Amino acid sequence: MKSMRSVAFGMACVAGALTTTSVFAATTLESVKEKGHLQCGVTSGLPGFSQPDEKGAWTGIDVDTCRAVAAAIFGDAKAVEFTPLTAKERFTALQSGEIDMLSRNTTWTLTRDVSLGLNFAGVNYYDGQGFLVNKDIGVDDATQLDGATVCIQAGTTTELNLSDYFRTKGMEFKPIVFDTSEQTVQGFAAGRCDVLTSDRSQLAALRSKLTDPSSAKILPNTISKEPLGPVVRQGDDQWFNIVKWVLSVQINAEELGITMANADEMLKSDNPSVQRLLGTDGDMGAKLGLPDDFGHAIVKQVGNYAEMYDRNVGPDTALGLERGINALWTDGGILYAPPVR
Amino acid sequence: MKKQTVNSRPAGPKPWYDPRVRALFFQVISLAVVFWVGWVLIDNTLSNMQSRGISTGFGFLGESAGFGIIMHLVPFDATMSYGRTFWVGLTNTLLVSAMGVVAATILGFVIGVARLSSNWLVAKISLVYIEVIRNIPLLLQIFFWYFAVLSNLPSPRQSVEVGGALFLNNRGLYLPGPVTQEGFGLVWVAILVAIVAVVGVRMWAKKRQMATGQIFPTFKVSVAILILLPLMVFFSAGQPLEWDVPALKGFNFGGGITLIPELVALWIALSLYTASFIAEIVRSGILSVSQGQTEASKALGLPNGLTLRLVVIPQAMRVIIPPLTSQYLNLVKNSSLATAIGYPDLVAVFMGTTLNQTGQAVEVVAITMAVYLTISLLISLFMNLYNRAVAIKER
Amino acid sequence: MTEPMMKPPKRNLGPVKWMRTHLFSNWYNSLLTLAVGYLLVTSVGPLLNWLILDATFLGNGPDDCVGAGACWLFVKQRLNFFIYGFYPDELQWRVDVMFALLAVAFVPQFIERFPGRKWLGIFGITGLPIIGYVLIPGGVLGLEEVGSSKWGGLMLTLILAYIGILASLPIGVLLALGRRSDMPIIRGLCVVFIEVWRAVPLITVLFMASVMLPLFLPDGVSFEKLVRALIGITLWQSAYMAEVIRGGLQAIPRGQYEAAGALGLGYWRKMGLVILPQALKLVIPGIVNTFISLFKDTTLVLIIGLFDILGAVQSTIADPAWQNVAIEGYVFVAFCFWVFCFGISRYSQNLERKLDTGHKT
Repeated sequence: MKSMRSVAFGMACVAGALTTTSVFAATTLESVKEKGHLQCGVTSGLPGFSQPDEKGAWTGIDVDTCRAVAAAIFGDAKAVEFTPLTAKERFTALQSGEIDMLSRNTTWTLTRDVSLGLNFAGVNYYDGQGFLVNKDIGVDDATQLDGATVCIQAGTTTELNLSDYFRTKGMEFKPIVFDTSEQTVQGFAAGRCDVLTSDRSQLAALRSKLTDPSSAKILPNTISKEPLGPVVRQGDDQWFNIVKWVLSVQINAEELGITMANADEMLKSDNPSVQRLLGTDGDMGAKLGLPDDFGHAIVKQVGNYAEMYDRNVGPDTALGLERGINALWTDGGILYAPPVR
Repeated sequence: MKKQTVNSRPAGPKPWYDPRVRALFFQVISLAVVFWVGWVLIDNTLSNMQSRGISTGFGFLGESAGFGIIMHLVPFDATMSYGRTFWVGLTNTLLVSAMGVVAATILGFVIGVARLSSNWLVAKISLVYIEVIRNIPLLLQIFFWYFAVLSNLPSPRQSVEVGGALFLNNRGLYLPGPVTQEGFGLVWVAILVAIVAVVGVRMWAKKRQMATGQIFPTFKVSVAILILLPLMVFFSAGQPLEWDVPALKGFNFGGGITLIPELVALWIALSLYTASFIAEIVRSGILSVSQGQTEASKALGLPNGLTLRLVVIPQAMRVIIPPLTSQYLNLVKNSSLATAIGYPDLVAVFMGTTLNQTGQAVEVVAITMAVYLTISLLISLFMNLYNRAVAIKER
Repeated sequence: MTEPMMKPPKRNLGPVKWMRTHLFSNWYNSLLTLAVGYLLVTSVGPLLNWLILDATFLGNGPDDCVGAGACWLFVKQRLNFFIYGFYPDELQWRVDVMFALLAVAFVPQFIERFPGRKWLGIFGITGLPIIGYVLIPGGVLGLEEVGSSKWGGLMLTLILAYIGILASLPIGVLLALGRRSDMPIIRGLCVVFIEVWRAVPLITVLFMASVMLPLFLPDGVSFEKLVRALIGITLWQSAYMAEVIRGGLQAIPRGQYEAAGALGLGYWRKMGLVILPQALKLVIPGIVNTFISLFKDTTLVLIIGLFDILGAVQSTIADPAWQNVAIEGYVFVAFCFWVFCFGISRYSQNLERKLDTGHKT
């Protein structure tokens, strides 16, 4: 009977583990502080947005967004751990609390905002869907793609946009759906499809993976709007605000000319906007539940939006993307952050 | 806890030492635990979905899907519902599974017999095949057949062409498709009549053999009936069949039957992999028939072919069928690896794209698992029935 | 067959005679031999050329791979990633120690009469996992912590397969006992559990573990992705394990059960002291075979985004720095798996033969 008892004990333990519902409904901020780091969901590898190098060090614009949030909370941009997620897992991972925020090249759509129990905290990159074609097929415009075979990555809005586009143009297509972007490029390189479709920001990077990048070209058409941004769980407004304002601080910092290099110097600035942003005046941080100098920590450690952009996807990187609509509103783009006041 | 029937014991055991009482107690406890765990899980899931604002229910099945699927055996386009994507995925799964089962069985039997061949070279090569193929992960083999072979095939404009009707390129294998014209119904009727006739001939031949001992060449006559009768009807009806020959239109070939590379790669990999297991099953099945049986049938003067057909194989089948069933089941389950190379099977389409677009993981995964469970149970059922039939005949 | 009856059997037939009986015994065998031989000769040559003779083994980077053969340089340069994943260089000794211990515990199992190999085996399934649990993730005893998101490559493949088998063993034993129980409800529950898990593909189980498991758990309780994958693999594997062990239980003669009962042993003692030790010994080959299939199946975790050895190779062959190395990568992984699986399967066949003779009565 002794062993029977131990079995019963084991069962009781399992049962206990199953019912330990968190009676203390801690806020996300509290639980992040308690853990000592931010858990951030990213892609498993997308150049410019989030990609691990061989040592597992992450880089990319989505990664920097996470780092900025960590800098705001802890004053330490390194206090963040990354969870690589496939497109399929990303929302459940956020919903279940496995990650604190999702910064994974995710398009803001009504359905996602409403039916998944999530909130989009802003946009860190304005993208649109485009086409990469093999030069051999002699196509200059997407309207000539009737009957083409198209490689797509699974689990994205891309599939729906593509189908809508061809349908409204009265054209036919054959979709080949792959699980990862590596496989998508492999399929395209192997000649399985005439066209590869993805967000425009990705096409350049994907093209660079081909044996002969000059054999393919990007068509001028943009067939959809893809505002990409960080996502948080619904129902925790404080956390939602923090992520939203971290992003705004970065954009405002660019507007005010605060950079990683001059962040310390700017502390002495007498411009009230700069003072509020860097926390030398007012209690902007306290209102969010953060240290007052959170703005300084973000800009000092991660940089303003322009620095984040140029470092990861800008003209000097492998992606080589011009700012375009991602420029500040004052420079002809659409980045317009609400003021910190 | 053995059940014991104790009638004459002077005083019954105390209730907590009575095996029956104990058995009842433990069963009630375990049932309660199972129900309780199940309830906790369901409760957690429901409350989680509610608190996270995830939509529930099967209403999404009626909503418009909005994405395309490259291969569908049932009519499909992007305006159709998510429910339809389920049927597309399911039929694609069944197609590749059926193709795989047929090819793996044939190949497996051939290799299994070759393994026992008196020809040293053939036997050794079969051995090498079996040991190499079954010790390498299937997923890797699928990748190999897909990516490594695909990239070495020509583009549509440089297709490999056979007789102007069959084309092979990196978009797939294109075959001419038969298009039945008016009057082809007669041919179907003829095929049906031929099958009935063959069954009749076999029964008659058996009866005659039992009665007179004369052997009727059943096999040859059956084949002749099966081929000649429909063919005669076909020609006398004025050949009511045309071939839709594939031709290069725009980027790709159009017309005819297309076997997409995803399907071909998956089919080849599944068949080769499963065949290596079936071969071992067939070998052990044949070896399980004792040498005495072969010798006895030789002593009766049966030629080699008949010995194999009438003596060895029927007995070997009894050993072969049960493990063969589980190999078929494995093949069906393994066809779900399609998702890795983009063949639109149930897992890739329904549990992939549909799940992702609707976000209703619980419903979609539950439906998918239920489908595999049903397929498994059906295959087991049929194989058990067949097994029983074989076993009874033996007695 | 046509030889005269009285001729004494010769041991050495000579090559010509051997070939005549084994390769050219009749017309179709001769034809078969010639056809197969032709195929062999025409395919083995180019294959050897590609694999070895024309292949590139030395060099510094992608530019050195110019020969017509395979570019093994690629595998050589990325070997570290294929074996350790993202595990930090300076801490890889910890993984190496585990590899060495694994070898010490299990390689002697192949060598008969190796002193104390039974104890090494027992260490392999008891002490080894504990050491690994401390050493690989670190974070205790002054070892630097390495999160599971940094594990990858061959190391991750071995971890998944090893823990999967080890954890499914006790569950499998309980399920097998349950399925053979006299109590109808317990039997029914076990049958349902086993059959449901066996019917669904591993990939759906992994999806469920990675996407749905978080929904089953109460708010605030969450597992890492690797742990979730392990839970899925273990549950799935335990159903197969249960069937293997049930086979062993059925093979134990009824007399053993009755004798144990006659000695007055209760159910758990009867099973634990008499039946299970015999049954488990009988099914070691079966367990080893399920291990082989699990080992191969662990490659599926790449579909849920874990970097096992195949995942690591797959992600590297997409690297634009190396061109057309897909086949080399796949061949390398195939070779790794083949060596492990073939070796282990040989071991299990040996064991089967030995146990078989031991138990024939």
